[in-house]
Amino acid sequence: MSDSVIHVNNIRKTYGRTVAIDDVSLEVKRGEIFGLIGPNGAGKTTTLECVEGLRTPDRGRISVLGLDPFRQVRQLQDRIGVQLQAAQLQKRIKVWEAVDLWASLYTRHLNGDELLEQLGLTEKRNAWFMTLSGGQKQRLFIALALINDPELVFLDELTTGLDPQARRAIWDLVRGIRERGKTVFLTTHLMEEAERLCDRVAILDHGRIVDVDTPTRLVRRHCPERTIVLTTDDREADVSFQQLPQVDGVSRTNGDLSIRGRGDDLVTCVIQCLSERHIRVTDFRTINPTLEDVFLRLTGHSIRD
Amino acid sequence: MRGLLKLTWLEIKIFVREPLGVIGAIVIPVAVFVVLGRTLGGDAQPTPSENSFGDVGAPVFAALLILLTAVLSLVTVISIYREGGILKRLRATPLRPYTILTAQVIVKLLLMATTLGVMLLAGRRYYPIVKDVPVVAFTIALLISSVSVLAMGFVIASLVPTARFAQPLGAAILYPMVGLSGLFVPIHAMPPGLQAIAQVLPLTYAVSLLRGIWLGDPWLSHITDIGALLLSTIVCLVVSTKVFRWE
Repeated sequence: MSDSVIHVNNIRKTYGRTVAIDDVSLEVKRGEIFGLIGPNGAGKTTTLECVEGLRTPDRGRISVLGLDPFRQVRQLQDRIGVQLQAAQLQKRIKVWEAVDLWASLYTRHLNGDELLEQLGLTEKRNAWFMTLSGGQKQRLFIALALINDPELVFLDELTTGLDPQARRAIWDLVRGIRERGKTVFLTTHLMEEAERLCDRVAILDHGRIVDVDTPTRLVRRHCPERTIVLTTDDREADVSFQQLPQVDGVSRTNGDLSIRGRGDDLVTCVIQCLSERHIRVTDFRTINPTLEDVFLRLTGHSIRD
Repeated sequence: MRGLLKLTWLEIKIFVREPLGVIGAIVIPVAVFVVLGRTLGGDAQPTPSENSFGDVGAPVFAALLILLTAVLSLVTVISIYREGGILKRLRATPLRPYTILTAQVIVKLLLMATTLGVMLLAGRRYYPIVKDVPVVAFTIALLISSVSVLAMGFVIASLVPTARFAQPLGAAILYPMVGLSGLFVPIHAMPPGLQAIAQVLPLTYAVSLLRGIWLGDPWLSHITDIGALLLSTIVCLVVSTKVFRWE
């Protein structure tokens, strides 16, 4: 318990008749990257903003760094870093001016120029906000979130709208934040992002948390099946694999053989079988389920719907 | 406090970087003042007949124009900042919510002061009666009026659905108030219904105060106007703490 920096207990928030989040509880541990994943409208931002002190839940309790985000919002905001979804800055504010303003607002702050250097924004120091690219804007928002050397950083849909290259660069920066010993609480609707970046994820759907764990364990728990696809001319191979106890089914499309089964031993058994029966293969690959499949199984719908 | 000064200074710099804003807020009111002064007020003797637009109308109208430009600009800036999530981003810092808005008010007041200064300089040349008026008293009267109408700007800003509507909606609310303010048509010459509406609008009291002070009235004779403007300020501030939307 003591190593948790965020405790959320049974919070609920409604907007008019719409229930945005209902009975959400979660814990975020010190030093981890914790991801809240789910489709748009699932309640990710509402949850995050309740924890940041920007919204007050109708019900439930929240404790962040031992503070109450409602009553002690100033103290809390002094110690956390925040990047908001789809936020902008003044069109004609210069990069250094934004960093300088933010630095002046906190009781302690890092050196702004060093921070810009680390985020690759030194050349853009005198540029107006409106002239920055999407990736540069997000890097500036990361700079603003880190300027007070916070213990806890919140990132809401940080890479939405960025091209894959800029996205990867941002992921490296987020890993860098964790390496500085900080805790990161992020939301994303990109399963790949969650899988690559997060130590633990909570799956949120229609305002409720469906499950929480590491990406690997979530996949193993909810989607234990594996598929091996191999290319072979051996017409007899199908029968050999069907006899394996771990195999659920074998199907063939042209020269490709798909072997469906479950459990971590599946791959070992198939390889053993290949070598015992001297089956010659020209290609071999395994297809593992992803968080995307976990989401589909747990909620009955795709995250892109 | 440090945050307020930094933010205010930054907002001034940002304002100056947009040429259109500067033209709209400073150049146009000054030009209108000079043109009006030359065509209507230039030859007129400052006789205290309250129906005549010519004697005091031009300076009061110019002052009102500066004020309305500032309020419309305030409403627009707040709508744009709200729509762009800038207000929300600032609120997620240790800055207090009212500090964020106070900075905007200070910027608008400084802008008005600049315009007024330029106007007085222009007036000395093109509009000789400016020499004989109580400039300091008039400035204070304008400040009292401004705070009141800017406070109303926060209520209007809460009504504006998106930034695109800020200018037209703001104008649609404010310009009829000018018509009812007694500047062009004396209040007592209006139909009773309109008179009643005029009585509750802060602009009516602002016009009465500005006109009186321009003509050299003592402050005491306008204590009702000042009281009404202060009351309106308080009401608008209380209402906006309830209805103001940050996002």
